[in-house]
Amino acid sequence: MSKLLSPAKTEVLFMGNEAIARGALEAGVSVVSGYPGTPSSEVIERLSEVARERNLYVEWSTNEKVALEVAAAASFAGLRSMCVMKQNGVNVASDFLLHLSSSGTRGGIVLVECEDPGALSSVNEGESRYFARMLEVPLLEPASFQEAKDLTKWAFELSEKIRNIVILRSVTRMSHASGNVICGKLPEKFRTARFISDGSVMDPLRGPVVSTPVVIKHGLQQKKLQTAAGLFEKSPFNSYTGPKRPELLIITSSACFLYSREAIEMLGLQKRVGILKLSCTWPLPEKLLKKYLRLTDRIMVVEEVLPFLEENIKVAAMGMLKEIGMKTFYGKMDKTLPSAGELNPEIVVAALSKIMKVKPASLPAAYVKEIQKVAPKIPPRAQTFCPGCPHRASFWNINTALKLDGREGIVCGDIGCYAMASLWPEIGFHTVRTLHSMGSGTGLASGFAKLAAFGLDKPIMAVCGDSTFYHAVIPALINAQHNKADITFIVLDNAGTAMTGFQPHPGINESAIGDPLPSIDIAAICRGIGAKVAVSDPFDLEGTGKILTSFMAERGTLKVLILKQACALSPEKKGKKQFQVKVNEELCLGDHCGCNRLCTRIFRCPALTWDREKKKAVVDEVICAGCGVCYSICPQKAITRTEVAQ
Amino acid sequence: MKKTLIDTNLQSKVYRGGKEEATQSYSTIRRGVDDAANKGRRMNANLYKDPTNIIITGVGGQGNVMASRVLAGMLVNAGFIVTIGETFGMSQRGGSVMSHLRVSSSSVLSPQIPQGRADIVIALEPVEALRVLTRYGNPDVAVLTNSRMVYPMGVITGDFTYPSLDEVRTMFEKLAAKSWIIDATSVAVDLGNPVLSNIVMIGALAGTSLLPIDRRAFEKEIAKSIPAGKHQINLTAFDAGAKMI
Repeated sequence: MSKLLSPAKTEVLFMGNEAIARGALEAGVSVVSGYPGTPSSEVIERLSEVARERNLYVEWSTNEKVALEVAAAASFAGLRSMCVMKQNGVNVASDFLLHLSSSGTRGGIVLVECEDPGALSSVNEGESRYFARMLEVPLLEPASFQEAKDLTKWAFELSEKIRNIVILRSVTRMSHASGNVICGKLPEKFRTARFISDGSVMDPLRGPVVSTPVVIKHGLQQKKLQTAAGLFEKSPFNSYTGPKRPELLIITSSACFLYSREAIEMLGLQKRVGILKLSCTWPLPEKLLKKYLRLTDRIMVVEEVLPFLEENIKVAAMGMLKEIGMKTFYGKMDKTLPSAGELNPEIVVAALSKIMKVKPASLPAAYVKEIQKVAPKIPPRAQTFCPGCPHRASFWNINTALKLDGREGIVCGDIGCYAMASLWPEIGFHTVRTLHSMGSGTGLASGFAKLAAFGLDKPIMAVCGDSTFYHAVIPALINAQHNKADITFIVLDNAGTAMTGFQPHPGINESAIGDPLPSIDIAAICRGIGAKVAVSDPFDLEGTGKILTSFMAERGTLKVLILKQACALSPEKKGKKQFQVKVNEELCLGDHCGCNRLCTRIFRCPALTWDREKKKAVVDEVICAGCGVCYSICPQKAITRTEVAQ
Repeated sequence: MKKTLIDTNLQSKVYRGGKEEATQSYSTIRRGVDDAANKGRRMNANLYKDPTNIIITGVGGQGNVMASRVLAGMLVNAGFIVTIGETFGMSQRGGSVMSHLRVSSSSVLSPQIPQGRADIVIALEPVEALRVLTRYGNPDVAVLTNSRMVYPMGVITGDFTYPSLDEVRTMFEKLAAKSWIIDATSVAVDLGNPVLSNIVMIGALAGTSLLPIDRRAFEKEIAKSIPAGKHQINLTAFDAGAKMI
């Protein structure tokens, strides 16, 4: 039995994302949709495992906007639904979100967005909390694992009460952290879907679901927000812990609550500093806020990335100045805390010790000295493509073709593991030159290709992964074809949404819960818009190289090369070697080869290492994935490969 | 007892199922934020330090996350409150990985252990142990490491040098109160799969007696979290590890 279906009252260890999933189950959710993205993906993964038992429809949608539309339809039909994405996804979904928040909803609907302060698995640390304020919808932020479950459940109730969508925001240190959670009851009955639209446009439950008449509906939406604020005033999710008259009040939310609490304990300030933990962060519960702002004159707001909470609290405090008096605020705006990067207990300790004039405990000086001696002897461990990764071979192919061409072609990158080729250039042989949002590489390439008239006449390429292709590349590709952009567009098709854990996408013939689905062929789509298409195996260096060279020679049109090879970590491949790879010590010339150690210095596969004593290349068989590509790159043919019987 | 005001708004009401009702069913909320609500927990063992801060580290793909889940599961079964913090995803491809486990009888803690506050470091790779020690170490820390080296790219290319096992041992002596270096990977390879190194390490951890975990606790946990066909091999790996201490 899945842990997610543990009986009521049992205490289990849940990852934050699992706690959110359990909360949704306890709320009786029927439809769940989303697009994979770290740190959000496990919410849908775990729910898809229990979909049959809990009568759920779970879908990995093509992108976040479509996912939100799928979830909204269920809400319109009176079901409870949830849509899950990472912070960037909210940008993609935001156009629909604006209209949805204006039209209102029916069955409880929750948008779960998991942010990544510090960009641990992102190429930005974008903030989505501001969408709640801008689009006038409630925002909830759990501050513990138990709360992640309970607050998710309550979010559905709140949404149904105000008939509008509710945003629940998590962060990496909540979503990907784990803690004890006591389970609640799972509902015994399931709802049936009914969509009624025979009433007047002003009838929220029987009329057509539209955002018009705009001014009236907008006013109505603002009233809903006021209702939410009223509920927040008394919500058990907002709490104060600390002395009756603290010298300093910390106002915080999310994982920062745990950092703040630990920092207070580390400095022994329990009797001097209080914490107001807000889990309902927009709209602010102003009466509650007033009650605690009155306790003291000094306030520190602890939150990650931008000063969202701080700004809102300051604005609210201005409005109640007469009653609460002047305050001194500490936070991002006065640089007490950084507004870039994630926080941790030490950062809060540093800020607190400065304000409270106490000294944090430190390590013995002799120990610090030893650390300083050891630290420089530790070799750094930079990220790299895994052994057997098809991207290493693909970029080898692209880079070699560009070098042979000699015109310094430009390659635009996109979002996936292959983005590492632009973040840490030596990983992808210094091949990729731009990296932005999903699908942007192809749009940028389409633009670069039009700059020849202005003197930038170079081969233009774009790379994207298979999941990214469906997500956001298709409009850019149609743009390129229609506007006769001369680009070589390369799909790095590794058979799944690999970076986030192999979630299926429209090119895979099964659903989130493993049911068969028709797959949509990338090559057919590209041929359908009139592009010239070729398919190759990136591990076939010779064949792929020939196609690339011929594509670059062909001017004035869109060419598509699909490089198909499953990710080395994919379930069907993991642990299975295609080749047994060895270095023939007699043939390897080591440092005397003249290749400048192409295999270990340039190709950079972690399984291809260097024997310092023999001064020759050697394969680490524990790590080697058996792709056999290094066999093709050794100029001395010293690397041998033997096919392993499957 | 310190005088602390805890105002959880718990007497208030929330809206549920079409009508307002008391928040009785939300009483669990306090468990996450209020230590007082965790009083009277029944633990069937004791910690030598409360909280005990454990870091499991290694290289992506070595089974770090699985080791942290199994260990945490054993401790939750014993009645403790465990908070795990980890990062995975693209950020860890081929890079260093780290799981922070915090074991307490009363508190949900920050998922990030503060600098200098690790009590036990378990490393699937030797320089990863050193890396963790330089940030989270203190004179009382205990270290258990696998001796199998995974060379970082910079070492393979020749830009950096990797310390010898003897050098690593000397550095441990300076930075840790107790240390064990075992060849868990060789044992795992002999058992047929190098990825079992993580379970060999968990067995070795049980062998150190630093934590209230034993074979029975391991058996109980894997019965829940690992497919039945793999129980025996995992138990064998656990036993092999325990014997290495």
